[in-house]
Amino acid sequence: MMWLFLRKQKYLIDFTLSSLLRRKGKSLGLLAVYILIVFMLASVTLFTHALRKEAGLMLQASPEIIVQRMQAGRHALIPADYLQRIGRLRGVTQKEGRLWGYYYDPAVKANYTIMTAGQVAAPLTEIIIGTGIARARGLAVGDYLTLRSQNGEAFSFEIAALLDEKSELVSADLLLMSPQAFRRLFNVPEGVYTDLVLSVRNPREVRKVAEKLTLQLPDTRPILREEVLRTYDSVFSWRQGILFVLLTGSILAFVIFAWDKASGLSAEERREIGILKAVGWETADVMRMKFWEGMIISLSAFMIGYLAAYAHVFYASASLFEPVLKGWAVLYPQFRLTPFVDGLQLATLLFFTVLPYIVATIIPIWRTSITDPDAVMR
Amino acid sequence: MLIQLTDIKKVFNQGKPNEFWAIQGVSLEFEPNRVSCLKGASGSGKTTLLSMIGCLSRPTSGRIQLGERLISSLPERFLTDVRRHTFGFIFQRFNLIPGLSVLENIMLPAYPLGLPYKRLVATAQHLLHQFNLSTKADNPVEWLSGGEAQRVAICRALINDPQILIADEPTANLDSKLSYEFMGLIDELRQTGKTILITSHDPEVFDSAVVDRVVEMHDGVVLDSSLKDVT
Ligand SMILES: Nc1ncnc2c1ncn2[C@@H]1O[C@H](COP(=O)(O)OP(=O)(O)OP(=O)(O)O)[C@@H](O)[C@H]1O
Ligand SMILES: [Mg+2]
Repeated sequence: MMWLFLRKQKYLIDFTLSSLLRRKGKSLGLLAVYILIVFMLASVTLFTHALRKEAGLMLQASPEIIVQRMQAGRHALIPADYLQRIGRLRGVTQKEGRLWGYYYDPAVKANYTIMTAGQVAAPLTEIIIGTGIARARGLAVGDYLTLRSQNGEAFSFEIAALLDEKSELVSADLLLMSPQAFRRLFNVPEGVYTDLVLSVRNPREVRKVAEKLTLQLPDTRPILREEVLRTYDSVFSWRQGILFVLLTGSILAFVIFAWDKASGLSAEERREIGILKAVGWETADVMRMKFWEGMIISLSAFMIGYLAAYAHVFYASASLFEPVLKGWAVLYPQFRLTPFVDGLQLATLLFFTVLPYIVATIIPIWRTSITDPDAVMR
Repeated sequence: MLIQLTDIKKVFNQGKPNEFWAIQGVSLEFEPNRVSCLKGASGSGKTTLLSMIGCLSRPTSGRIQLGERLISSLPERFLTDVRRHTFGFIFQRFNLIPGLSVLENIMLPAYPLGLPYKRLVATAQHLLHQFNLSTKADNPVEWLSGGEAQRVAICRALINDPQILIADEPTANLDSKLSYEFMGLIDELRQTGKTILITSHDPEVFDSAVVDRVVEMHDGVVLDSSLKDVT
């Protein structure tokens, strides 16, 4: 019984395959359009998903709480003695001051993020830069980069090293210098920082610590990592949303295309269905055969499209999406996202690409195949 | 298997302005193991009647009985089953599927039965051999000559070993020599125990010695259904 069933399906699939080969031009055209749609959809979902994950990972390494001083509603420098004034707060495992700032470089019309680090050998003359900056300015290790301070004074720095390429998503626009150099360039006196960062081991204590901070230091504002994560999430969802609006158009076009292809069964196909029925195929056999045809087309399109999207996103840095998705202006990183596949996401994609096609093809064929087959006698 | 038609009527486009009574009350019997031929002017309803007997369409009213079974009231599912096991069709335009090989075309009706592939191929090749087509098995059907295509259509009609063969204008696309040969093949098939129903305008067919009985139709009714005198 089982064997009978399987053999039957095999005959139907064989027949379907040879039908597809018989209509090579049409099948290939359909497949190409289909692959393109899957490719676009899959690229967007894979890309935004991966970015969000990456951003999450990146933030995982950042401190739980950032304390900024506010003056007249603006972010202001924070005196070092605030560190002492915070004192010993329960749950805080580490606290320190940070120096950082944005530097607008008119030569490439982009902002660098300047941070401080201790590992620069010659504190006042050496810097480490991200690969994005190096590319934009055409710099290599040993070259010099001149930055101007607030009062117009020029400082020349030697590039001591480039930042690791692996972290390029984070570090493309990053420039590291010693605290001394930073204070000179930005004219920041000793004894103040840009902000303070606190590490809190237990995530449940974060909010309590933040509350105590606002009481102790009324002129500061604590920024919690979990809030930043949420903002990131909504930004990414928003960008993804835009792309989806764009894509809905193409999906719609595809559905219409599939519907048209299917409902406008050619006279030849209709005749073929008539012949099959006349020689003893049941309506159900015809449907099964067409179902397999739909499965073969849509699954192979899905697989090829998805794999292509996978390669595009994870090995070609989603280069097609640069104009839409990049938030890094000129210093767009040539990043490598960590490849991953999400089951739910895969299922959703499958649902939205394969199902409409199968339905759109099966219904008109069903309508044709329940009519009397005697038309083939005429 | 005796085929009995009782007061068969068939109306197209019922209730519409272009309503048309193609068959207007036909009662007939076809004995098993005979060759019967429906003849009559174009539009007289021959094809319509054959397609109802062959379960390709249903009568509007009347009864069709096949041996013990009343097929005129069977639901579609069972009709297909009867069609598949009882009838083989040879169409005027052969209706082979282009692009498929001769062998594949012949095996087509057997696919839904799910027989083992080897057995299926063996049956098909046996038929091809019987009809002198062995060398053509792997050719696409569009390469065949008219006579060969006709024989392939016969092979396809026979693959599920039906008891009744239905042929609608089988010689319309053949010259008189091939038509004569076709009647020879029909004779052989009758001798293997098949019941054969043919429609034709072609004297080569209805005057042939192979035909046991001629049914003459006109405007949806039977004029004459006598057995032929054997000369
Ligand atoms: N689906 C249909 N709708 C409307 N009229 C139909 C339909 N099928 C057949 N007819 C009409 O029924 C009549 C009988 O048709 P049928 O095909 O049975 O004739 P026929 O005797 O086989 O003719 P021919 O010798 O030309 O093949 C014709 O007048 C035809 O126009
Ligand atoms: Mg006819």
